[in-house]
Amino acid sequence: MDKKTPLYDIHVAAKGKIVSFAGYQLPVQYQGVMGEHQAVRKACGMFDVSHMGEIICKGPDALENLNYLLTNDYCNMADGQARYSPMCNEHGGVVDDLIVYKVRDDCYFLVVNAANKDKDFAWMQKHAFGDVVFTDISDSVAQIALQGPKAEQILQKLVEKEKIPQKYYTGRFDAVVKGFRCIISRTGYTGEYGYEFYMSSEDAKAFWEMLLEAGNEEGLVPCGLGARDTLRLEAGMPLYGHEMNDEITPLETGLGSFVKMSKKNFLGKEALVKKGEPDVSRVGIKITGRGIAREHMPVYAGEQKIGETTSGTYCPYLEYAVAMALVSKEYSKAGTALQVEIRGRKVEAMVVDLPFYKCQK
Amino acid sequence: MNCPNDLRYTNSHEWVRQDGDSVLVGITDFAQDALGDLVFVNLPEVGDEVEVGEVFADVESVKAVSDIYSPVTGVVKEINEELIENPEKINVDPYGAWLIRVEKVTETEDCMTPDQYREFLENQE
Repeated sequence: MDKKTPLYDIHVAAKGKIVSFAGYQLPVQYQGVMGEHQAVRKACGMFDVSHMGEIICKGPDALENLNYLLTNDYCNMADGQARYSPMCNEHGGVVDDLIVYKVRDDCYFLVVNAANKDKDFAWMQKHAFGDVVFTDISDSVAQIALQGPKAEQILQKLVEKEKIPQKYYTGRFDAVVKGFRCIISRTGYTGEYGYEFYMSSEDAKAFWEMLLEAGNEEGLVPCGLGARDTLRLEAGMPLYGHEMNDEITPLETGLGSFVKMSKKNFLGKEALVKKGEPDVSRVGIKITGRGIAREHMPVYAGEQKIGETTSGTYCPYLEYAVAMALVSKEYSKAGTALQVEIRGRKVEAMVVDLPFYKCQK
Repeated sequence: MNCPNDLRYTNSHEWVRQDGDSVLVGITDFAQDALGDLVFVNLPEVGDEVEVGEVFADVESVKAVSDIYSPVTGVVKEINEELIENPEKINVDPYGAWLIRVEKVTETEDCMTPDQYREFLENQE
């Protein structure tokens, strides 16, 4: 039985097309993916991302636990700072990818993928050591994302400018927006300027309506999972279960900069060292022929199969189809001509630099 | 859901219109709405043979691809080339944006009347 987020009734009332996603009933779209995608690129969109999991890691040994569990290095962080990391298994594959915020020295706030939440929590508890407690607070927390070039302008109507985090990957844990206590984070999954808010589940509906009303003049629209996926793909952002999974290592999928091999030890390090330099790499592919690549489509260089797509879509803003793929390293240079087999047809394509789209601001 | 009275409908949500001695085939309002914003249409070529119940085209929205089944057996006389550049026309005007015109029709599927199709849609929900 799927769960509902605290905003479910609002989605239904707004004629959102509800689908099952990661164990939740969520809107895949309201008016249409194209319009919602464009709104985020040109004005502003908002998303219910309450399905995401939130875990608190607390205790004197919190930092050491995170540095062992995760591949990134969590030393030298300021309070409020956020840092992305893959979390590896013993074989170097990825259990999940997550964002960790430092609340204070002995307390961290972790945001994980909905579909992996239970697996992640069990994994963290299994490997915990010393004086640390992991607490899953997902059910009491709602999350709303406000994304787009107008996001700052909209938020400034509701909060004093000094209280809004300016720097990318920082958050304010003491924020109050029109009486609602929340976390404001300068993050997102669209490649656009914007924020993510975490608040108590009970406040979610009123918070959503407040934001929507505040952004009315700026053209703020609610957006569904469909646009969330096309936006992240256009921005070249990896998604768990596509660009990485229990078997694909972070090095293979181009997340090497989030893997600090200089750390003394972390889960998966031994396996990653043993595997050495990966022979595949994640590339961006522009479809130059006619067709739209989706995930798990074979990629060829002439007669030779050199890899497989991991995600693919038509990009509403760029107005062409793109895909990400894991291919043999020798074919990973931008400009390399390839073919993607789309439903039995080989369609011309080309390796291009990631991200496909980069925001100006 | 809009279902014009002069058309016949299949249970895979195509419509058929008799137009002189050939027939036009398209997808219904229900189909375009379920698919969402269409961004790609793959049509057969003029002269191709189509067959009742066989796939003759596919349409893709941002998120999904869907096969289109032929309600008739015959020969493709014309394709709606405008849709190749502007597939969103199907979303805007599903009953104007025909996909193919078929001639030499030798067999036609036992299609539904508008009333039957409306009832069929109701039972789908």
